[in-house]
Amino acid sequence: MIGLIHYLVVSAILFTLGCAGIFLNRKNLIVILMAIELILLSVNINLVAFSSFLGDLVGQVFSMFVLTVAAGEAAIGLAILVIYYRGRGTIATDDVNRMKG
Amino acid sequence: MDYAANLMLSLPEVILGIGAVILMMFSAWGGPGATRAVSWASVAVLFGAGVALTGPAGHGGDAYLGLYHADAFAAFAKVLIYIATAVAIIMAPGFFQRTAGDNLRPEYPVLMLLSATGMGLMVSAGDLLTLYVGLELQSLAAYVLASFMRRDQRSAEAGLKYFVLGALASGILLYGVSLVYGFTGTTLFRGIADAYAIDAANPVKSLGMVFGLVFVFAGLAFKISAVPFHMWTPDVYEGAPTPVTAFFASAPKVAAIGLAVRVAVEAMGPALGEWRQIVIFAALASIILGAVAAIGQTNIKRLLAYSSINNVGFALVGLAAGTPEGVAGVMTYMAIYVAMTLGSFLVVLQMRDADGQPVESIASLSGMSRTRPALAAAMAIFMFSLAGIPPLFGFYAKFAVFSAAVQAGLFPLAAIGIAASTIGAYYYLRIVKTMYFDDPAPAFVKGEEGALQGGLIALAAVAVSPLGYLAIPALGAWSMAAAQALF
Repeated sequence: MIGLIHYLVVSAILFTLGCAGIFLNRKNLIVILMAIELILLSVNINLVAFSSFLGDLVGQVFSMFVLTVAAGEAAIGLAILVIYYRGRGTIATDDVNRMKG
Repeated sequence: MDYAANLMLSLPEVILGIGAVILMMFSAWGGPGATRAVSWASVAVLFGAGVALTGPAGHGGDAYLGLYHADAFAAFAKVLIYIATAVAIIMAPGFFQRTAGDNLRPEYPVLMLLSATGMGLMVSAGDLLTLYVGLELQSLAAYVLASFMRRDQRSAEAGLKYFVLGALASGILLYGVSLVYGFTGTTLFRGIADAYAIDAANPVKSLGMVFGLVFVFAGLAFKISAVPFHMWTPDVYEGAPTPVTAFFASAPKVAAIGLAVRVAVEAMGPALGEWRQIVIFAALASIILGAVAAIGQTNIKRLLAYSSINNVGFALVGLAAGTPEGVAGVMTYMAIYVAMTLGSFLVVLQMRDADGQPVESIASLSGMSRTRPALAAAMAIFMFSLAGIPPLFGFYAKFAVFSAAVQAGLFPLAAIGIAASTIGAYYYLRIVKTMYFDDPAPAFVKGEEGALQGGLIALAAVAVSPLGYLAIPALGAWSMAAAQALF
């Protein structure tokens, strides 16, 4: 029988993977965008699981808002990535170092 | 309550939202030529939203079944937010005109308005959903603003860093929100407070709620750039165009602090013991790191970024007290901080070489007392005030938060904070020394919009000068009324 705790564990694993993806990623910035999506979706699993467990609809409504905002966030992230690429000609993570100190 | 009454309570956001959409249409058809008109129209919209706060929107209570609070606390924060946003809009056109070939497009004031709408929602939030939507509306507009100079590589990099770390912060906050919702069973702040009070004895529930609290505070700490989540601040402040940096350092900071105070006091008030540890650590770490890391900086915008981290630490000292006096101290601090920081950035905006290009090195301030004496005097006032040296108004801000912390019995916090603030004084005074005692560097060139910006600088300088003490009775009563709205 799959219960609330299983969903919470899956969501926690996905959240950790997402955070690790941002900090450990040595390749390029698209991977970071994917990691951010992973975090937001792990939150959605949490919200829907709690919503079903509590018998309360608010969590599912909340997850709709999260999905919508995540779409907007991805659009803006890609737009910034495009202007960054135009200026620098690369999207490698290690090259994001124009400012230091 | 019918829908019209709810709309009246949220009138400032209604005005800002509709105003932004209409001006978006104007800027889409008007093109770059419409910038000046759209800018002034945006300032008028902000003024209209401010006027709306005098009506039911300023003290009317709950709207939308408790999702939105129109109380004195929100009104106080909104006034600061609207003023800071308006100043950031006014100071922009000249800057963008001078910097090579990148004329200011009219989207800039429109994005500012959208961001102000989001900030208004943040400080009025009565529910986790309002909190999230407001925060994202503010952040998404801010990501675009940071990378607004498309051809400038540093601006694009600033936008990219801000986006990645801001989105991570939103994700962490949201994860905390989902845990809080799951273990308290509601997203309304009042309901969450009840759950924290009742379920403290239940080991499973209280563990889950504390986890949620920690994630929520980590996300909020990112947004107010408190240590240990401050690392994006210096890079973003350095790379973003100066008017945008001035905006980041003022309005979103007030909104995020207001949101943090509201979540801490209204939603998680019964869990004071849990979040106080987090707030005390963040406050002390911010004060100390903000002071120490600023010492070696050579770029004035980077230095002001560390200064803002340092100031957030002081504001958190008031929150750590967890009393109405502490919250009133936080709001007083933010009011004075906005005046000081906007004034400093207006002075930074005056720093430009013979070609009109912006200069950002601290060394270029050398001997400014001889080449631009009035500007140097104003900068000296802002620096002394940020350092918290007594005759200036910045001292009163620090006094308000520390006295609240002492009244709450947090003696070690107050003692360490005051000791660290003297370290911070070093780098503020170094700027004054550079301006007054070093050999003159080439003078900064005056711009064509000098009168308006000079007037704003003078206004900010008067506000933080000893004359500001005349405002203490009014400011004290007003911030106390704001704080009482939360308890």
